[in-house]
Amino acid sequence: MLVSIRLQTAEAVSRERSTLSKTLLAALLLPIAGCAAVESPDWRTLRPVSDFGVLVLDVYGDLFWWTAGIFVVVELLLIYALVRYRSRSGDSEVPDQVHGFTALEIGWTLLPAAILFFIAIPTVRTIFLLQGAPPDRDPLEITVIGHQWWWEFRYPELGIVTANELHVPVGRTASLTLTSADVIHSFWVPQIGGKRDLNPGSENRLWFTPTEPGVYHGQCAELCGTSHANMRMRLFVDDSASFAQWSAAMRATAAPDSAGVMTFLISGCAACHTIAGTPAQGKVGPDLTSVGSRTTLASSMIPNTPEMMAAWLRSPDSVKPGALMPDLNLDEQRIADLVEFLEGLR
Amino acid sequence: MSAHATAAHPPLYAGGLRSWLTTVDHKRIGVLYGVSALFYFVVGGVEALIIRLQLASPTADVVGADTFNQLFTMHGTTMVFLVLMPLSAALFNYMIPLMIGARDVAFPRLNAFSFWTFFFGSVLLNLSFFVGDPPDAGWFGYANLTSKQYNPGMGIDFWLLSVQIMGIASIASAVNFTVTILNMRAPGMSLMRVPLFVWMALVVQVLMLLAFPPITVAFIFLMFDRFFGTHFYIPSAGGTPILWQHLFWIFGHPEVYILILPSFGVVSEVLPTFARKPLFGAPFMIFSGILIGFLGFGVWSHHMFTTGLGAVADTAFSLATMLIAIPTGVKIFNWIATLWGGHIRFRTPLYFAVGMVGLFIIGGLSGIMHASPPVDIQQHDSYFVVAHLHYVFFGGTVFGLFAGIYYWWPKVTGRMIGEGLGKLHFWLMVVGMNLTFFPMHFLGLDGMPRRIYTYATDLGWERWNMIATVGAFLIAVSVLVFFVNAARSLASKTQAPADPWDAATLEWTVSSPPPEYNFAVVPTVNSARPFWLHKYGPTRDISTRTKAQGTPAQPDNPPTRIDLPSPSSWPILAALGLALLGGGALVGLWMVLFGAAVLVFCVYRWAFQPLERTGHPTFGPAPSGGSS
Repeated sequence: MLVSIRLQTAEAVSRERSTLSKTLLAALLLPIAGCAAVESPDWRTLRPVSDFGVLVLDVYGDLFWWTAGIFVVVELLLIYALVRYRSRSGDSEVPDQVHGFTALEIGWTLLPAAILFFIAIPTVRTIFLLQGAPPDRDPLEITVIGHQWWWEFRYPELGIVTANELHVPVGRTASLTLTSADVIHSFWVPQIGGKRDLNPGSENRLWFTPTEPGVYHGQCAELCGTSHANMRMRLFVDDSASFAQWSAAMRATAAPDSAGVMTFLISGCAACHTIAGTPAQGKVGPDLTSVGSRTTLASSMIPNTPEMMAAWLRSPDSVKPGALMPDLNLDEQRIADLVEFLEGLR
Repeated sequence: MSAHATAAHPPLYAGGLRSWLTTVDHKRIGVLYGVSALFYFVVGGVEALIIRLQLASPTADVVGADTFNQLFTMHGTTMVFLVLMPLSAALFNYMIPLMIGARDVAFPRLNAFSFWTFFFGSVLLNLSFFVGDPPDAGWFGYANLTSKQYNPGMGIDFWLLSVQIMGIASIASAVNFTVTILNMRAPGMSLMRVPLFVWMALVVQVLMLLAFPPITVAFIFLMFDRFFGTHFYIPSAGGTPILWQHLFWIFGHPEVYILILPSFGVVSEVLPTFARKPLFGAPFMIFSGILIGFLGFGVWSHHMFTTGLGAVADTAFSLATMLIAIPTGVKIFNWIATLWGGHIRFRTPLYFAVGMVGLFIIGGLSGIMHASPPVDIQQHDSYFVVAHLHYVFFGGTVFGLFAGIYYWWPKVTGRMIGEGLGKLHFWLMVVGMNLTFFPMHFLGLDGMPRRIYTYATDLGWERWNMIATVGAFLIAVSVLVFFVNAARSLASKTQAPADPWDAATLEWTVSSPPPEYNFAVVPTVNSARPFWLHKYGPTRDISTRTKAQGTPAQPDNPPTRIDLPSPSSWPILAALGLALLGGGALVGLWMVLFGAAVLVFCVYRWAFQPLERTGHPTFGPAPSGGSS
């Protein structure tokens, strides 16, 4: 009952507002961006692709118009006063010594209070919507664990563990449980909506229902050390078919070839990394079971190509400053073998 | 009406280095604060310019990741604790006794101790550059990134020790100025006749008294975690890093008002003077300032809307934060009403005061956005917040304090400062500041987080970043213009009159610069605008309101003997002991003990040294047996 009311409110709110105010907002702000807003989605936070993002944008739209209105009125009053009451040359007379006007002052005490009332109502309503139960009765549960400086994603119901590239199906609510393995991080995909911190030692929750398939940029929003700037991620919103395909592929990993596994083990990689179905069960670094199927490496810093993978293995620190992956001083042959093996893990 | 005042007094700033080190004169201490703050303004500004160079283009390589983190940490810490607070303290020190008709602050030697403690603390913080290990966890230093495990170097120790030392300076000066304002007002100056600048200063002192204890507790916990292996903030041992966030922001939000209220006070003095009207609704301005200070203690968790405190806490802190918009709005409307109907003279101080109002509005309005958690969770830790806080601290505080610097410059230096260069400074700074910080709103809306040293090329952030960098260098040029203007003024020979702006408050009744004893005769006050009343009389009839050609407000020479406190070496030496004690934690126990011994010894000698010793400064005729 409660859930359905909440759902209706959320939908109604997003529908009625999304037309007028968003169009106006875009019309006002986009020209400022000029004509260069072509290739990458400019104004990410104003182009939400989830119910969560739309709810946030609606409140932002309200506040934007109130504050823009106040801004224009107050600045115009200030400029008018300056122009109208500027001292003329040769003016030595003293103006009327007005000390105040209580009724007026009470008036402009009450006026902001009234405006705040209109800001407070959507604010409070949206706080409880966003932090309430997810609208979907059967959300996709995902655990997000922050690490210096990469993201671990676990799908308990699908038995998938992956890193830095988060896949969710369009139209189904994703319910994230957020925590950290070391210091505080913050989960932020601007086009999905607001951020939520990943606190070590406790859990936070965040849900969203993606509405448009695509690949979206995200990154850590809480200073977390040297490579905070490089703690990036990609959110893949897949249509149902490709999500099913992806999750099937993730689970049905073919047994890796044993020579490769041996190289992996003797190089020392297994101390930190896991590859499912092999003795490599390290828990410190990202799970590499399907690393070959990812589009990027090093928390979405570099494209996943054999050359970049080799560069990463050769000197992790020069790709990602401060990277906790040590430089193992591998020779070029070993690097080539490892790259071939890892790129084959799909 | 001013030239007479100069010849009679010995020059205020005469004397060698020793006289500056041992001074207990609030005016000299004010100058010391001002010079230090302007020096650190340049240091913090250079740090900002390097940050902007690094961010001007994607994947730039001006500085590395660690250096970048150190630069923004030092930039924030420097601007808050080494620039804005001491610059306010400079104006407080110099002006408050003059504005309330007092000959000095309540505790002149404690005042010297406060300055030197601040100064040695600031030196300790910057020493971290010279050992090659500045702090790098942000000025807000969130736990547990500051723990020994994740931050093993000495940078965090430099930071936590120096900010604690400077906190002692702030608390000492807060006690001093609270007592001064409450107890040392001239006869007849009731609280409602106290100038707005002094009122805002009083609110700031109370905020400092109440806000520094929680941050001190936070720092002591952190110090124990780092030095003695406790686990206050260590989650793996059952501690909670979020405790730091609460303690930090219980200090941190009042700190915002500690930084902005002095500027509100300056603007409330400058606008009436140049509009030639009284401040509109002074009682409303006083009470709204008090209310802002009071509410400031109930809103700290609006810095933590993404921490995950829950819907009820978010709602409570959101609504409390919105309430602050009401007294702040009152101030803005009253300032505009002060200009309304005036005869506004466009001098440099007025430019900066009006600039402060116009720019602070932008920061205030984006602040209302952040009061709403759903909006804030998008903007938090993004460049939108960087834009917001710079509109508050640069647009609000820096412009307000520059209004104060230009306004009181003739009083402090005895020289007028160039109007042409002053206005050039203003326009360059307005354009530079908007070019730098307005595009940051766009970057935040486009998803750029704060505190990142690099960004990828395909995100579309390079254009606004480049524009912001150009703006930052324009700000640097404007500051250069200010220093040229200041140097030219100091080199000029023209004596500034006592009352160059035809102002209303007591500091303008004395010569520029004032005599060492401030007032030859302690004035008796019967109005909120005593000097105006003296010049124009009490009539409410406009036609007769021309300036009285009456007697000067202050006689040339004191009619009775005035005794001033002797200079003392003990405050500076005690402060040095305190700094050795704190800094010694980085060297070894022997140095801590040595510093403590110096501190105790100097405080002991200080306590037993009479305030007025043989040869202390005296003025006026010799005593004739009566009390003075």
